Amino acid sequence: MNHLPQAWGRPRDDVYGPYDSSYLQSNQSHGPTQHTQSPVVTGTSVIALKFKDGVVIAADNLASYGSLARFTDVKRLRKFAGTSIVGFGGDVSDMQYLDRLLNSLDIEEAYSTAGHTLNAKNLHTFLSKVLYKRRTDFNPLWNQVLVAGLDDDSKPFLASADLLGTTFSAPSLATGFGAHLAQPLLRKVAGDEEAAAKLTKEQAIEAVKESMKVLFYRDARSLDKYSIAVITKDGIELKEDEKLENQSWAFADQIRGYGTQIN
Amino acid sequence: MFRNNYDNDSVTFSPQGRIFQVEYASEAVKQGSVVVGIVSKTHAVLVALKRNAEELSSYQKKVIAIDEHLGLSLAGLASDARVLSNFMKQQSLSSRLTYGRAIPIERLVSAIGDRAQTNTQHYGKRPYGVGLLVAGVDETGPHLFEFQPSGMTQEMVACAIGARSQMARTYLERNLDAFASCGREELVKHGLRALKESLAQDKELTVENCSVGVVGIKGEGMKSIEGFKLFDGQEVQVWVDMVADGAEAEGESMEVDA
Repeated sequence: MNHLPQAWGRPRDDVYGPYDSSYLQSNQSHGPTQHTQSPVVTGTSVIALKFKDGVVIAADNLASYGSLARFTDVKRLRKFAGTSIVGFGGDVSDMQYLDRLLNSLDIEEAYSTAGHTLNAKNLHTFLSKVLYKRRTDFNPLWNQVLVAGLDDDSKPFLASADLLGTTFSAPSLATGFGAHLAQPLLRKVAGDEEAAAKLTKEQAIEAVKESMKVLFYRDARSLDKYSIAVITKDGIELKEDEKLENQSWAFADQIRGYGTQIN
Repeated sequence: MFRNNYDNDSVTFSPQGRIFQVEYASEAVKQGSVVVGIVSKTHAVLVALKRNAEELSSYQKKVIAIDEHLGLSLAGLASDARVLSNFMKQQSLSSRLTYGRAIPIERLVSAIGDRAQTNTQHYGKRPYGVGLLVAGVDETGPHLFEFQPSGMTQEMVACAIGARSQMARTYLERNLDAFASCGREELVKHGLRALKESLAQDKELTVENCSVGVVGIKGEGMKSIEGFKLFDGQEVQVWVDMVADGAEAEGESMEVDA
């Protein structure tokens, strides 16, 4: 099991053995053109959960440089057209590229003709095509994104797209480490669409906040400062400077080198 | 032979500020057989009069379905209309593939408007010799647009282009207030009556020379639509009979000039 963005899209070393790159010349002027083969500055998990009127999505505000917590105020939830949120995991510079792309798309849409907007479903389709095109060019955008908003029927919409162009949809979704740790917790709250359709906004927010806390306990590339957004028909409530509350490190009491060590 | 020196290409203005090539292209539209379009709150219909070049030939296609949610009818050079409609089909498909969304009608019409305009601004190109009526539905409801070879496009409540279309337009202007609340059947009937006005003396509407295109919404927005459907031949029999001479005499009061 390896959740790190550096391992995304690669054959598993434990199954196939390490990649034999001996045939490649170390000199870049020989051999095939190489694009980004690993991300540099990365964001960790994004988690999201549907409820009866909308979607809750959250991501922490950290951009790591390897294992160094390099930037602690990076907003990884981006608004689109005031109706959708895109949450980015993976490479931060690729996130910034996609953000610029989405902004120009938004402006283009708003300028051309009135009354037409791209909803979250349209946005997800678009993003998945961009990601797939780039991986087909052997120049992938090293991200996994969650798109949250409403679909054609104004029902809650949540879907993911990754650097390979793979798409996936479920009542709860999580990227990166969150896919291992937060997803089971969210599934306990909303295992299927029926269960999600019964959740209230407060229950959904509570479940997401609780999952963010667990992620901070166990994910060494995470931060206790995070952004959270609630998307409903009425619009988006985006809070970008939240702090994890009621942390309890009691479980780590006897473990050295874990959590915040006092002595 | 030449009317003047300013009509050899479509990039030169005459001293009066006219571009003759564009005006000649509009003449091609006026030579085409008449097409009528009307839009209501729920539907948009296209009604067209088809011509056959000779007794033994088939009738020229006048209504083309572009996508599930829109279609067009043409007056003028059918081959130019094919170029434009193929482009429109590509654009519609591209919108569905990249966004999973039916392309907004206004945007598609602007796209062909832009294309037609560039033809009037580049040396060696010629304007399209065709006028179009584009009918469709999107999340803002049913729409009808008119397209001219100059690149001009505008949204219409009702419109008729082609040979003798002035008569049809007069009918449409006279009944303008009724259209908004019309149902699908009523709208088609209005279209056929307008078409009938434009008919030459010795001609009448038949199942052979009539084409009808219908598109509409069933509920709010794009949730459920009645996709664009083209009616031809026997499928228009009922409508043609309904507006035939004499059929409307009883019940409705016939309009008689004072």
